Amino acid sequence: MLLARFLGPRVWILVAVILAAAILVPLANLALPPDHALHVPSYLVPLWGKYVCYALLALSLDLVWGYVGILSLGHGAFFALGGYAMGMYLMRQIGSRGVYGNPVLPDFMVFLNWKELPWYWLGFDQFWFACLMVVLVPGLLAFVFGFFAFRSRVTGVYLSIITQAMTYALLLAFFRNDMGFGGNNGLTDFKDILGFPIQAASTRAGLFAASCIALAIAVLLVGWITRSKLGKLMIAVRDAESRTRFIGWRPQYVKLFAFTVSGIMAGIAGALYVPQVGIINPGEFAPVNSIEVVVWAAVGGRGTLIGPVIGALLVNYGKTVFTAAAPEFWLFMLGGLFVFVTLVLPRGIVGTIDHGWDALRSIRRAKDAEKDESGGDAQAVPGPAE
Amino acid sequence: MSDSIIQKVADEFRALSEPQGNARPPAGPAPAAAEPVGNGAVHGEPFVSPHPYATVLHDRRLAAEAQGLARRDTLLYLNGVTKSFDGFKAINNLSLVIQKGEMRAIIGPNGAGKTTMMDIITGKTRPDKGEVFFAGDVDLTHHDEAAIASMGIGRKFQKPTVFESHTVEDNIRLSLAGPRSVLGALVHRKDRAERDRIETILETTRLTARRKTYAANLSHGQKQWLEIGMLLAQDPELLLVDEPVAGMTDAETEETARLLREIAQHHSVVVVEHDMHFVRALGVKVTCLHEGSVLSEGTLDKVSNDPKVIEVYLGR
Ligand SMILES: Nc1ncnc2c1ncn2[C@@H]1O[C@H](COP(=O)(O)OP(=O)(O)OP(=O)(O)O)[C@@H](O)[C@H]1O
Ligand SMILES: [Mg+2]
Repeated sequence: MLLARFLGPRVWILVAVILAAAILVPLANLALPPDHALHVPSYLVPLWGKYVCYALLALSLDLVWGYVGILSLGHGAFFALGGYAMGMYLMRQIGSRGVYGNPVLPDFMVFLNWKELPWYWLGFDQFWFACLMVVLVPGLLAFVFGFFAFRSRVTGVYLSIITQAMTYALLLAFFRNDMGFGGNNGLTDFKDILGFPIQAASTRAGLFAASCIALAIAVLLVGWITRSKLGKLMIAVRDAESRTRFIGWRPQYVKLFAFTVSGIMAGIAGALYVPQVGIINPGEFAPVNSIEVVVWAAVGGRGTLIGPVIGALLVNYGKTVFTAAAPEFWLFMLGGLFVFVTLVLPRGIVGTIDHGWDALRSIRRAKDAEKDESGGDAQAVPGPAE
Repeated sequence: MSDSIIQKVADEFRALSEPQGNARPPAGPAPAAAEPVGNGAVHGEPFVSPHPYATVLHDRRLAAEAQGLARRDTLLYLNGVTKSFDGFKAINNLSLVIQKGEMRAIIGPNGAGKTTMMDIITGKTRPDKGEVFFAGDVDLTHHDEAAIASMGIGRKFQKPTVFESHTVEDNIRLSLAGPRSVLGALVHRKDRAERDRIETILETTRLTARRKTYAANLSHGQKQWLEIGMLLAQDPELLLVDEPVAGMTDAETEETARLLREIAQHHSVVVVEHDMHFVRALGVKVTCLHEGSVLSEGTLDKVSNDPKVIEVYLGR
């Protein structure tokens, strides 16, 4: 009861659904026989796992865009950095099973004639270290970037453009072979994670469950942040930034907090994504990826917490269906969808439902008030005279 | 913030180290009396200064102290402030002093620089020239908006700006005086004292019945009042109120004048307003601005009979 009041029933329903999926999908995949009606085929588990990671990415964008009004067009960069950190761990797990059989150096380094591991690859043979970097690297980039951008009061379109420039710069950097991240090909051919074979159905089921749990925790975290006084302040900054300054708040720190937390969430999403798709390459930094995230959040309804999660799942499901049918049309579809949502459903799916609901309620309340007034006016008249 | 503390400590230290200077003359003429003594010591005796510049510095320090004494008891002290936008002087050598506890009305034709003056005081705009001091010795030109707000200067904007997607109550809650740290806000819990403060402010601003209403759904007049409520919540020493009755009905205007007089019992207030009935209802000293500087100052009757003021208003 208390918990329901704390975040509202909707958030708890979403969390319950996500956690149920975390248990039921692996069960239906592993425990049910293949001819059972409810059996989930093995190829679907990592695909759905990918959607869940995208949902987490969309939620992270919602925290900054929906609640603080920072339209980041560079969230794909944090996602990719988290993915690379995880990819580096997976590369080092390959060990001497690579094509060249070098126990320490990943294949692409041997191919480039490198003699020893670059310093920034040290430590990535440890899972805990990789996890630390998954959080630290995107978090630090978000913090440093946000610190300078928000301190200089860069807002609106200008901020969107520099976030886009940031992810583009990283794209170019990661394409270079001498950066030591596998260049064009990225990191791939992973063998196992924490000792479990990465292709095995049970490992994939485990990764799916882990992604769901991460998403559920993130939903609760964002719910908690946005319902606190800080969350109210975020919305205040979104709607009237300069007003918050004149009552003594420093909006740059509010933004910095949200941006950093959001960058970390995106990084974790990327780290969970990479072992499920089996590859990370510079393409993940592509500006269009970050723009897609904005479309997911917009479709679901920004600033609604559950909207972006639903939006990411729906749009990506649509993407899978459409790219199978007519791959060359997908980008047009995506563009069309964004235009449609912006023009017809500016609040997104969940936002529109909410708004309709609110409108209905206020109409009903106005009617009630009218009834009250017609009955209550006679008594109210002596009031002001006293 | 820290600057002002350092400055305060430095001032106190100075006061302690020169007990006679402070004890003898209590008010205005003090600096004049103190200065010759200091200058005499430097120029008259065969005083071997380590460097000629030291003499200059010494004189400068004395002059600054003299001015500091004149400033000391004021709440707001503007001296020779100038601000131009693309060569156009919106504020031109403006000097204005507000005493502690004073309420002042500021009038002046459109474009006189009233709002720009408030921008300068609240740190939104930096002046090109001139001094702006708060509470005697806090140099406002060195602080940002948030720091100035936390020092105790609240501001109501000409165009009412409230947080439209929050309820009336939350608007006030966000404005309540208190710590302003981000992490503090994250773990903040509502308590009894906070609720009581909000209750009082809602009552003062006649918004109790609308506490759960989203600010976007308030009438124009109610938004103005909510903004005044947000100002009260900050519990500032000085309130800057820009055109509080613009767009209000006569009854609301009267009510607002009453509210501001009530507030002025415990706070210093600067009100900018065009509405002369309202200014009369306030019954306080009036300053008329024109082309960025003070044209006339005094009681409303004196100012409104000033030929210069009449010319400015009729000339338009
Ligand atoms: N940021 C700015 N850039 C350029 N010009 C400005 C700026 N701010 C104010 N001005 C100009 O400075 C002059 C003074 O403006 P200000 O808003 O202070 O007048 P005001 O006395 O408040 O007038 P009103 O009674 O209409 O509110 C105006 O001519 C205005 O155009
Ligand atoms: Mg103005």
